[in-house]
Amino acid sequence: MTGKTLVQVENLHRCYGDTWAVREVSFVLNQGQVLGFLGPNGAGKSTTMQLLAGNLAPDVGRILINGIDLLDEPRRAKASIGYLPEFPPLYRELTVDEYLNYCARLHRMPRATITIAVERAKERCGLPAVGRRLIGNLSKGYQQRVGLAQAILHEPAVIILDEPTVGLDPIQIREIRDLIRELGREHGVIISTHILSEVQAICSHVQVMHQGRLVYASSVAELGRRQHGTSLIVALNAPPAPEILAGLPAISGVEALGDGRFRLRHALGAEPAAALAVCACEQGWGLTELTPERTTLEQVFIDLTLGYAEST
Amino acid sequence: MILTIAARELRGLFLSPLAWTLLATVQLILAWLFLVLIEDFLNLQSQLLGLEGAPGVADLVVAPLLKVAAWMGLLVTPLLSMRLISEERRTRTFSLLLSAPVSMPEIVLGKYVGLLTCLLLLVAMIALMPLTLLVGSDLDIGKLLAGLLGLVLLLGSFAAAGLYISTLSDQPVVAAIATFGFLLLLWVIDLAGGNREALSGIFAYLSLLHHYDALLMGLFNSADVIYYLLFIAAFLGLASRRLDNQRLRH
Repeated sequence: MTGKTLVQVENLHRCYGDTWAVREVSFVLNQGQVLGFLGPNGAGKSTTMQLLAGNLAPDVGRILINGIDLLDEPRRAKASIGYLPEFPPLYRELTVDEYLNYCARLHRMPRATITIAVERAKERCGLPAVGRRLIGNLSKGYQQRVGLAQAILHEPAVIILDEPTVGLDPIQIREIRDLIRELGREHGVIISTHILSEVQAICSHVQVMHQGRLVYASSVAELGRRQHGTSLIVALNAPPAPEILAGLPAISGVEALGDGRFRLRHALGAEPAAALAVCACEQGWGLTELTPERTTLEQVFIDLTLGYAEST
Repeated sequence: MILTIAARELRGLFLSPLAWTLLATVQLILAWLFLVLIEDFLNLQSQLLGLEGAPGVADLVVAPLLKVAAWMGLLVTPLLSMRLISEERRTRTFSLLLSAPVSMPEIVLGKYVGLLTCLLLLVAMIALMPLTLLVGSDLDIGKLLAGLLGLVLLLGSFAAAGLYISTLSDQPVVAAIATFGFLLLLWVIDLAGGNREALSGIFAYLSLLHHYDALLMGLFNSADVIYYLLFIAAFLGLASRRLDNQRLRH
């Protein structure tokens, strides 16, 4: 389900001194998408986020938010952005209610709708109980949630979240992920993270950044396909000679791991597991383990970033 | 929008003990001085009775009081203005303003109006003391108002310069020291130039103090008022430009 184009980024460049923090970044975000930015530390994720939120100006390039140029008409464009920076921008001396009210007024919300919007944002981020407490006295997790509430308060078309689940406990992380998925249905959401499972859990699309460049962009489903492995691990009580295993249909290689365990390689798409199990029963090899080996997401990620580093 | 930012700024000031402490200290010192000046005036009064066109209570009590109030302002304003931008930068709250649909001049003006409101409160509290002289003396209201206007303009100029310097540093204390130094320099710049007429004229014109003295004497010269207004506008403009450039900084 994809709607209209919310963010269009063309050929974005930004340097700090001599180093390019962001180079040749172009992408499009449609309504109903959750786009995950992945990358190692210093890859340029946060800089890209700051550029998108108008906190930094790009050296070269164009950013269209909801069809409005962020550089030409910053005020109109920023009205459709909700941004949670890496460090949530909280005034510690205000209470949660005061702070959210102030944010609502900064975003030029009509006075009549502010109370409702604040209540709704608090509800969604699990904050109703702490409305009257000082932000400075809240725990890190709650502060993060206040930051998130601030970003979604004015129902912006584009929500930009820089590492939104940092500092949260596992239950809170699950709640926030559910919230982001829900937001992703009506809005366009961009999140940055270095937690790969997070991307799999909440994103519809993924982009990998490395040394300021986009090195990989696809849907998460596509990334999942990349994970499919080409090997099986088997453990046998009475193993036959490796040559016999190698002679089985669709098996292209055998690697003994000791203790009767073997890694069997096969071609991508071939499914030799069932045939192997039948064969093991018939021959009385004593099958105790049969696991398809999947490439972990970490491995895919390392392949992508390292592969890129080697090719340049 | 400017008022929204100003209101939060003012709130932030009064939620911390800083503003209260400064207001209280200034008030205490000036009240003490006010009493001393009154006593002096009472001692002198008998000698002044016979004189034609003798200086009144406005000249002998109000003018010196406001002069010291200006000095106090010089000390206090940098402490209040230092946090305006640099504190937001240090605590990383500035991105809230930057990503909101608010323009730079609006941010700068909002911050400035917030600080100015605090300073106006200070002036109002100082003004209460001379106003008590209305009971039982022939206070020259015109002179008092000219003096108060001068004080407001002067503090407004301090605040504008302080706001600009606050955009230059991420460290509030550095901003405070730099502001204090800068203001003090402008304060005493008319000491330079010595007896060379042309040169001392220029320095005297640049001095913040010179224009204030005229207003304290009850001379309402539009050139003095315009000097302060230009000073304020120039520094607010610089602050806004500076913040805009920081988005481009490398």
